[in-house]
Amino acid sequence: MSWQTVLGFEIHIELSTNSKMFCGCPANHFNTPPNSQVCPVCLGLPGALPVPNAKAIEWCIKLGLALGCKINLQSKFDRKNYFYPDLPKGYQISQYDQPLCVEGNLLGHKIRRVHMEEDTGKLLHQGSETLIDFNRSGVPLVEVVTEADFNDSNDSDNFLKELQQIIRALGISSCDMEKGSMRLEANISVSPDESFPNYKVEIKNVNSFRFVKKAVDFEVSRQIKLLETGQTPIQETRGFKETTGETFSQRVKEEAHDYRYFPEPDIPPFEFTQAQIEKWRSELPILPSQKRLQLVELGLSENYARIISADPEMYDVFMKNPTKQTADLLINKREARVVSNIPEEKIREVVSKVISANIAIVESIKAGKTQAIGALIGQIKKELGDIDIPLTQKIISEIMKL
Amino acid sequence: MNLDLSISELAKKYRSGVVTPEDVLNECLENIEKNNPKLNIFITLRDRQELLAEARNVKFETLLSGIPYVLKDAYVTKDIRTTSASNVLNNYIPDYDATVVKKLRDAGAILIGKTNMDAWGHGGSSENTDFGPVKNPWDVSRVAGGSSGGAAVAVSARMAMFAIGEDTGGSIRNPAGWCGISGLKVTYGRVSRYGAIAYASSLDSVGPMAKNVEDLSLILELIAGQDKLDATSSPTEVPVYSKNLNLDLKNIKIGIPLEPDQAIKDALVKLKELGAEIMEVSLPMLKYAVPTYYLLAPSETSSNLGRYDGIRFGQDRSNFTQESMRRIIIGTYALSAGYYDAYYKKAQQARTKIIEDYNTAFEKCDVIVMPVAPTVATKLGELISDPVKNMLADLYMVTTNIAGIPSLAIPCGFEEGVPVGFQIQGPMFSEELLFKIGHQYQQVTDWHKAKPNI
Ligand SMILES: [Zn+2]
Repeated sequence: MSWQTVLGFEIHIELSTNSKMFCGCPANHFNTPPNSQVCPVCLGLPGALPVPNAKAIEWCIKLGLALGCKINLQSKFDRKNYFYPDLPKGYQISQYDQPLCVEGNLLGHKIRRVHMEEDTGKLLHQGSETLIDFNRSGVPLVEVVTEADFNDSNDSDNFLKELQQIIRALGISSCDMEKGSMRLEANISVSPDESFPNYKVEIKNVNSFRFVKKAVDFEVSRQIKLLETGQTPIQETRGFKETTGETFSQRVKEEAHDYRYFPEPDIPPFEFTQAQIEKWRSELPILPSQKRLQLVELGLSENYARIISADPEMYDVFMKNPTKQTADLLINKREARVVSNIPEEKIREVVSKVISANIAIVESIKAGKTQAIGALIGQIKKELGDIDIPLTQKIISEIMKL
Repeated sequence: MNLDLSISELAKKYRSGVVTPEDVLNECLENIEKNNPKLNIFITLRDRQELLAEARNVKFETLLSGIPYVLKDAYVTKDIRTTSASNVLNNYIPDYDATVVKKLRDAGAILIGKTNMDAWGHGGSSENTDFGPVKNPWDVSRVAGGSSGGAAVAVSARMAMFAIGEDTGGSIRNPAGWCGISGLKVTYGRVSRYGAIAYASSLDSVGPMAKNVEDLSLILELIAGQDKLDATSSPTEVPVYSKNLNLDLKNIKIGIPLEPDQAIKDALVKLKELGAEIMEVSLPMLKYAVPTYYLLAPSETSSNLGRYDGIRFGQDRSNFTQESMRRIIIGTYALSAGYYDAYYKKAQQARTKIIEDYNTAFEKCDVIVMPVAPTVATKLGELISDPVKNMLADLYMVTTNIAGIPSLAIPCGFEEGVPVGFQIQGPMFSEELLFKIGHQYQQVTDWHKAKPNI
C-alpha cells in the first residue's frame, strides 16, 4: 500500500518593529531583564487599551504581497478568548474571519492566510515555581498558514527556507528559529488514498530546519507503522527530542477548543485603498526568486544562482561585476570557507554523547588507533550535519584528554 | 451654600477672592461627614489634609481649577484604590491614571474620592455592589439608580461640584434622572476610555454629571478629544460648548417616539413655548433594544472580565456577585460555537437596524425626546431581586449606547415625591445641540435647582 502524507504548516514570525503591537514598549525582548519592557497595555491591567502598530500592519501586508496573497481591503482584529497564565488579558488579539492577506502561493504551495496577532508572555519554570516574563507579551506576530499540500520533508524544507529568505529580504524579522523569532508548527497525518484523514498530529517547538525535517520524517513513519497494524494515530500535540530524533506525546486534544472569537471592540476595523496596497507593493525589495531568475538570465547555472541569491553579500559583489569569473571566484571562495553555524556548545554536547556511547572506539583511539576519530566524527556529522571539522576534532581531543 | 452655585459662578468667586477652593472643599467634607453614612456614596475618600493642601495650591488656569469633583470607582487612579465596587479588586491600587483623571488634574479640578456603583457597571440601581447599596437622597428607602449611583448622589447631596460617571446602557442618565441632576452620555469616541475599567467596550462611554447643563458643557470641553491611547477616540474637533449655549429653538424639530407621560408633556410644552416644533417619529426597533443590549454587553463583559483570575492582582473569581456571574455566563454562552450565529451575530445585526432606525428618524427631526426610565426610583431591593425587571428598567437608555449617539438627561419634575428626568437624544457628535436645547430649557425651568432636604 502506498501512503499519502498530508502535511501543512503554521508559521509564526516575530516582527522586528521598534515597538510592540499595541503599546509603546520596545519589541525586541531577546536577553532583556524580565519584566523590564512592560506597561499597562501589555500587562493587561484594568482600563488599558490597545492601539495598533501601523508599521506592523504594513509589514504583514508586505509579506502577504511577497507571497502573492490577495489583500483584504477590509480587515479587523478579533479576540481569541482562552485562559493561560502567559496571556494577561484572558484573550489574544488576533484575526479570525478577515485576515489581512489570503490565498497566496510560494514554490507551488498554497498559502491559506497571513494574519497579524500579538505574542504572549513567557513562563519560566524554576523548581516548583513558575515565573512570568511579560517582555514578549504584545510583540507583533505574523502567522502564515499553509494548505496541507506538502508531500514530504524535502518539499517543506525548501519551502520554509525560501520563506525565511523572503522575510529576511523584506527586513521585517530576524526570522531566527533558535531565538524563536520564527516558530513552526507542523500538522501531519497520513492517508491510504486521496481522502483526508480524520485525525491530525501537531508537532510544536522544533527550533531548526534540520530538526523539522527529522521530526516530519520520524512522525510520518511512526504514523505509517501504526496504520499498517490497523491502528489510527490519535489526535495530539507532539514535541521533538533532539537527542533521539523522535517525537513524543505532549498533549492529547479531546476536542476542538472554543475560542469564542468576536470582533475586537477596542480597535476600529481597517479599510485600505487599492492605491495604498499598490504603493506598498512597489516598495517590495527584489525577492529571492526574482534574484535567482535574474542571475539565470545573466548566464549562471541554477545551482550558482541559488547559492549566490541566498547570500545578500555575495549577491551584491556579483552584481557589481556580473560575469562568470566573478561567480566562480565567489563560489570557490565560499567552498574554501565552509563555516558551520552550529554553536560550539551544541557540538560539545553531541561529542560527549557520542563518546560515552562508543566506548570501544574510544578505547581504540586511546590505544593509538587515532584514525578511528573519523568514525566518531561521522556519527557527530550524522546528528548535526555540516560541522566545523577542525573545531570538532579539537573538542574530541579535549574531552578525551588526548 | 457655595455648592449650590454653578461652576462658572463659583469660578468667578474664586477669582474675585471672596471664596477659596478650601472653603468649598470644607463644605463638601462637611456634607460628606454628615450624610455619607446615610447614603453610602464613597468607596474611597482621599485624605483630608492632602485634599486641603491641594486646595491651597490651586492655580486658576481653567474654569475647573479648584473645583472639587468625585469619580465613579470605574476609573483607575494612580496610587488610589480602584475597586469597580467589586471584592475582586477591593485591594487593587493602580499604577497609572485614566486619561479623564489626568485631564481633570491638568485642568486643576480636585478629586475628593471614588464613588460606589454597581460592580463592573452591572446594574441600574447601585445595589449590585460589594460595598452596600447607595441610597437616594430624596428618599432613603429608594435606590439612587445606577450604575453611577454614588456619583449622582454626591452631586445631588452637595458633596462635590460635579462627577464623572460611566454610561454603558444608561448608567449616567438613570441615576441622574432618579436623583434630579443632569448627566450626559457622550457620543462613542468623544471622550477617551483609556483607564476606564471596561464593562462592554463597544458601548462604554465616559461622561460628566452635574447640577445643570452649563456645567456639563464646561466639563465636556475639557475632557473630550482624541487620545493616542484610545484607538476608538475620535479626531472630531471639540467645540467650546459653554460659549455656544444660546440658541433660538425656532428651527428645532423635536421627535417623539412614545406617548409622553405627564412630566414629559409639561417639558414639551416648555420646549414648544421656546419655539421648538414637536413631531411624532417612530423607532420600530425599540422593542428589540433590551434583548440586543443584553446579548452584546454580556458577550463583551465575559471577555473583558476574563483577566480577573486572581493570579496577578485582586482576589479570585468566586468574589463576583450573582448578577455579574449571570452576565458573564450569558455572554460566554452567546459567543460559543454553535450559539454565536443565533445570539451574538443576531444582536450585531439588530444593532445595525437600530442605527438605521435612528438615521431615518434624524432625517425628520433634529433630536428625540424620551423619558429616562419607565418608573421613578424603585424601593431598595426591588430590582436586585428581580433580574428581568432590572433589565427592563434600561429600556429607554440602551438604544443610544447601541447606536453610539449622545443623550442628555435632565430633570423635569417630581412623581411620588422623587425626581424624574427626560432625555434629549441626538445624532453622532451633536452634543453642542443637545446642550443648547437643555440649557434653554433650564433657563425657563427650576427643576435642576431643586435639592434634597437631607
Ligand atoms: Zn507595553
